[in-house]
Amino acid sequence: MNTKQIKGHYPDATGHFGFYGGRYVGETLIAALTDLETAWNAAKEDPAFIAGFRSMLTNYAGRPTPLDFAERLSNHVGGARIYLKREDCAHTGAHKINNVIGQGLLARRMGKRHVIAETGAGQHGVATATIAARFGMGCKVFMGEEDVRRQAPNVLRMKLLGAEVIPVTSGTGTLKDAMNEALRYWVAEVENTFYIIGTVSGPHPYPVMVRDLQRVIGDESRRQMLEQVGKLPDLLVACVGGGSNAMGLFYPFLDDPCEMLGAEAAGEGLNTPHHAASITGGAPGTLHGAMTYLLQNDEGQIQEAWSISAGLDYPGVGPEHALLHDLGRVRYDGVTDREAVEAFKLLCRFEGIIPALESSHALAAAINEAVRRPKDQAILVCISGRGDKDLDHITAYMKAHNL
Amino acid sequence: MNRIDQTFKKLASSNRKALVAYLTAGDPDFDTSLRILRTACASGVDVLEIGVPFSDPTCDGPVIQVASARALKTGMSFSKSIRLAAEVRKAVETPIVLFSYYNPIFKYGLDRVAKEVAEAGVDGLLVVDLPPEEAGPLTDALKGKDVHLIRLAAPTTKPERIRMLANGAGGFLYLITRLGVTGTGGLDYADVAKHAAAVKAVCPHPVCLGFGISTCEDARALAPLADGLIVGSALVRIIAQAPADADLPALVATKIGELRDGMDACP
Repeated sequence: MNTKQIKGHYPDATGHFGFYGGRYVGETLIAALTDLETAWNAAKEDPAFIAGFRSMLTNYAGRPTPLDFAERLSNHVGGARIYLKREDCAHTGAHKINNVIGQGLLARRMGKRHVIAETGAGQHGVATATIAARFGMGCKVFMGEEDVRRQAPNVLRMKLLGAEVIPVTSGTGTLKDAMNEALRYWVAEVENTFYIIGTVSGPHPYPVMVRDLQRVIGDESRRQMLEQVGKLPDLLVACVGGGSNAMGLFYPFLDDPCEMLGAEAAGEGLNTPHHAASITGGAPGTLHGAMTYLLQNDEGQIQEAWSISAGLDYPGVGPEHALLHDLGRVRYDGVTDREAVEAFKLLCRFEGIIPALESSHALAAAINEAVRRPKDQAILVCISGRGDKDLDHITAYMKAHNL
Repeated sequence: MNRIDQTFKKLASSNRKALVAYLTAGDPDFDTSLRILRTACASGVDVLEIGVPFSDPTCDGPVIQVASARALKTGMSFSKSIRLAAEVRKAVETPIVLFSYYNPIFKYGLDRVAKEVAEAGVDGLLVVDLPPEEAGPLTDALKGKDVHLIRLAAPTTKPERIRMLANGAGGFLYLITRLGVTGTGGLDYADVAKHAAAVKAVCPHPVCLGFGISTCEDARALAPLADGLIVGSALVRIIAQAPADADLPALVATKIGELRDGMDACP
């Protein structure tokens, strides 16, 4: 395993993670992205900005989130010890708030009065609406109409927070189309609008900026593991849609001797057309501003992703994951809808934690690994969000599948 | 000499402006699309822009999004778009620009694209989401082919970058008239005039204006500002709105005639 010197080497000055990443956008957005890059590079070196970010993570988002030993679940599984990084405990119920606080502060620093966001599961939309309320900014959230239906509670939350939710009917009506529509809106309103992208995807500098804002997950986990367990985890597991919680968890550990596993949504199975596993089941190409792995046909048309989880239902993945896959540093594997729902149930019953369907994919992969490993190994899995938003959807699934 | 260069040279010598017409390949189907494209060339179009349909056209407004979806539904693809261009080429000498998003080109293979578009008689490639910083591999693949890589500049493009884009442009520089996606109306002519003048001053190539140009009035007002006008959504909309039994090539030709009249009426 190549564990040396990945951290800090990517992206290069032009925003490329090896072959991946970059800035594949229309000319109109180039100036905005250059301005954003300049502003971000200045902000992240500004102690006052960083102090403001840290302070909000602590006092507003409720960080650090706990590192929690899942003792009953570990005993039930019988194998490696499973530790949970409890991002579900963060304000708004998912890791998404970390990134949004950072980008919200940056938007304010750049004098932007309006923010927009795309959302799939609604967690990023809720987080953006939250920060817009906090900062007194106008907020529009683009959400596929299919997801508006699947994630009704989050739609209500966004509206309560004062955001305008714009249902997107074009294309497949999911996260990909929400991002298309957000990009179209941004290109028209680029002069006064800040686009808060919710994952480590999109054109440079978004992938690196979102990673740097989310690495707090891994930084805290690393410290907590050493303090509470006395060693680094043998294996890190996180779900990967766009991949922001995974990148945030993995990044600080990249040069450590820890294995890493990204759980992609295998939907009804990787051998069916119904999945969202861009790395395991896709090929390189460009979408939403970046070169990365995509679900696409032989003629380069993007294919519909499919997952029980709206947050993983995306045909692309962050470009840094594409690189980490090619380098062999992170292993990516598919988890089916059914496996995710079974893991969901286990965490509810054994630990009193209702995880998001997205996070349940990571949990399923972690359980699968734990079974095959000795008890002296530690597996750290990121519970990226809480599952309240999924209850209707998951209840219907369990009923339909006799689970 | 590349047909695009020939055309602009000829137009300049007769003090006329180029009408560049965008139509989505395979809209509403391959055969009808071919007839529309050929008729367009015979109706006053100076440069034909054939759009490869893409599943996720983030730079396009609703009209071209829907046209893309219509074409894809009939099985249109990148390879068939090249075939369509080749079929058009058999009948006309009008310069052809193939418009695409990068992913279909990348997936098809850059060398294969370069070879096949050149063989098809395509004179230029316009890749809307491929800024020069990412265009190295495609530029290399096009070396030795008589196919220009058309560049775009936007209202947001800063002066030093406009100079870079203008100098690297092949064929003509596509100057986006306004913020937003294709097909959005309500152009501020004075704004466009100011921007176009600034770009013309530093661009050694012809400059064509595109985005939101749809009426005879637009054509009349904007033609004096540049070397050509690009019209897309206004033509594609005709295909979308026509009744099922309509003579689509004739309808499109009529619209082209109107725009041509507007352009030629300019002082």
